[in-house]
Amino acid sequence: MPVEREKLVELYRTMLKIRLFEERVAEIYWEGKSPVFNIAADPIPGEMHLYIGEEAVATGVCAHLRPDDMVAGTHRSHGHYIAKGGDLKKLMAELFGKKTGLCQGKGGHMHLFDAGLHFGCGGIIGAGIPHAVGAALAFKMQGKDNVAVSFIGDGAANIGAFHESLNLAAIWKLPVVIVVEDNLYAISVPKSKSTAVKSNAERAAAYGIPGVLVDGMDVMAVYEAAGEAIARARRGEGPSLIECLCYRYRGHFEGDPQLYKPEGEEEEWRKKDPIPNFRAKLIREGILTEEEANKIQEEVAALVAEAEKFARESPWPEPEEALKHVFL
Amino acid sequence: MRKLTFAQALNEALRQEMRRDPTIYVAGEDVGKYGGIFGVTAGLLEEFGEERVRDTPITESAIIGSAVGAAAAGLRPVVEIMFIDFIGVALDQLFNQAAKMKYMFGGKAKLPIVVRTTCGAGMCAAAQHSQSLEAWFMHIPGLKVVAPSTPYDAKGLLISSIRDDNPVFFIEHKMLYGLEGDVPEEPYTIPLGVADIKREGKDVTVVATMAMVHKALEAADELAKEGIEVEVVDPRTLSPLDKETIINSVKKTHRLVVVHEAVKQAGPGAEIAAMVAEEAFDYLDAPIKRVAAPFTPVPFSPVLESAYIPSKDNIISAVREVLGK
Ligand SMILES: Cc1ncc(C[n+]2csc(CCOP(=O)(O)OP(=O)(O)O)c2C)c(N)n1
Repeated sequence: MPVEREKLVELYRTMLKIRLFEERVAEIYWEGKSPVFNIAADPIPGEMHLYIGEEAVATGVCAHLRPDDMVAGTHRSHGHYIAKGGDLKKLMAELFGKKTGLCQGKGGHMHLFDAGLHFGCGGIIGAGIPHAVGAALAFKMQGKDNVAVSFIGDGAANIGAFHESLNLAAIWKLPVVIVVEDNLYAISVPKSKSTAVKSNAERAAAYGIPGVLVDGMDVMAVYEAAGEAIARARRGEGPSLIECLCYRYRGHFEGDPQLYKPEGEEEEWRKKDPIPNFRAKLIREGILTEEEANKIQEEVAALVAEAEKFARESPWPEPEEALKHVFL
Repeated sequence: MRKLTFAQALNEALRQEMRRDPTIYVAGEDVGKYGGIFGVTAGLLEEFGEERVRDTPITESAIIGSAVGAAAAGLRPVVEIMFIDFIGVALDQLFNQAAKMKYMFGGKAKLPIVVRTTCGAGMCAAAQHSQSLEAWFMHIPGLKVVAPSTPYDAKGLLISSIRDDNPVFFIEHKMLYGLEGDVPEEPYTIPLGVADIKREGKDVTVVATMAMVHKALEAADELAKEGIEVEVVDPRTLSPLDKETIINSVKKTHRLVVVHEAVKQAGPGAEIAAMVAEEAFDYLDAPIKRVAAPFTPVPFSPVLESAYIPSKDNIISAVREVLGK
């Protein structure tokens, strides 16, 4: 089925939003951390795992989701949250540890939560997969046609929770889609050294569910595969597994020397960069003019700048806040 | 003497033991080429090869479980769980399998396993990467729990842990990795279960663990200016706990403050305080005080995290309180 112009432009805008937001985060991150690296230094304290390069995956999948569909993210989830329609200001403020952040500064960049968008993520590998299965169980029991999507890395596909969750989702025929983002590495360990099958999509067979491998640098390929899986889930036909082959241009975390990446690898993957390639395609096909594309770029950059300003000007939480929310 | 960082001291212990004993292997996430995300296993892959230095998938349960099998079959695994917070996904293998087998099998299974892991706040790594969960492991009979505070202790205790025939849970506070100190070049051991008096004093005993040892020493320095002599005792091994050293110190000073970064409720300090109350109550001139983190998960924001971590000033106030000053 042909995709409407509006949807194509939205895909482009979303990818760009993730990219520009994170490129700015990468710059701000180093502000307080040189010349001597102090991980806890302002303005963005703590570890930082960026999604730059993988934007087509979250974008292509979330384009099919409604706000009341559930997404379980990972430790690298800015992109998932933005693609789900997240609030850039509250997101940025959370990265800064400010009171106005998504979690009032309690969670930081790995622990984002937005009840209104049915979005959550966390720092324990694989922990979100059963959460998505549980949300899918709830949707099914409540007679809703919602779906739950769990994004995970290729590394996470080796943990027990992945296998237990797929099995449970399969036997209970739940509306859940597991999206594996195969960016080739789990920190420094390449997928070839952690997983003996070629693609995680093959593992779906072990649970009796469909599994597909797609080009995660091509937003339309992801969009199509996810569209099928999500529609299938909404129809009550059960779970699916999608593996998206992609690449993270940055280190596992900011400050990672990346000595494990072979020389020239990144350059090869830069040629497949989902964003300039999609922009060129849209212009080539007459969906956007150069001017329109530039205008989108400016609009998105302005949103990011606004989010940064908001985060910088926001107050710190009061120290006593540390004691709140242990119990409700 | 030559100075090494805490991370380098651990690295040297691993290297020297691996040279001495070919049955030792190291496994864990990113322990190979990356050298461990905190650098503790740096260079081991180059020296000992992929057979003995194994990068694993993200598979904590199998990392510990396979160590149990390998140890029972004659090897001496030293495995790494990157953050103590991740142990939850592997608890059965640690609590029910590694810790219980020797006992259940009538003392016949030898399980020389070391599980190295990191704990502690201070990096703004938030609730799932900052915990101090040592009390959980102290609660498990059959598991030794080691918690060093200096580079010297780290090396000697790790060598002893590797040579021990029991499973040892070896906890490294991540804010200590960069700390420098004197470390002898030759291999040496520090017996497990023996505390160390890090500073002698006669007025009050402060039992402190891991990173808190250094805050206790700073507090002691400051209090010394007012003529208050604090004795700082570092248990070094939390299970088995060196009761004798702690009790003898309390018998001398008649006052006890226990300091740890774990939350106060059911924390290691509860055990130490109860033990002193049971066995040396008559020697106490004041109620025991505990300085510990509040009963909350570790928050992310730096303002909140520093409210969470016990400070030198908290220790000073507690000491004054038990002294009635
Ligand atoms: C249970 C658990 N084990 C280990 C880690 C440490 N860790 C954080 S991210 C990561 C690599 C994840 O790789 P992958 O799932 O492929 O996701 P990617 O980082 O590539 O997006 C590891 C090992 C963790 N957070 N949780």
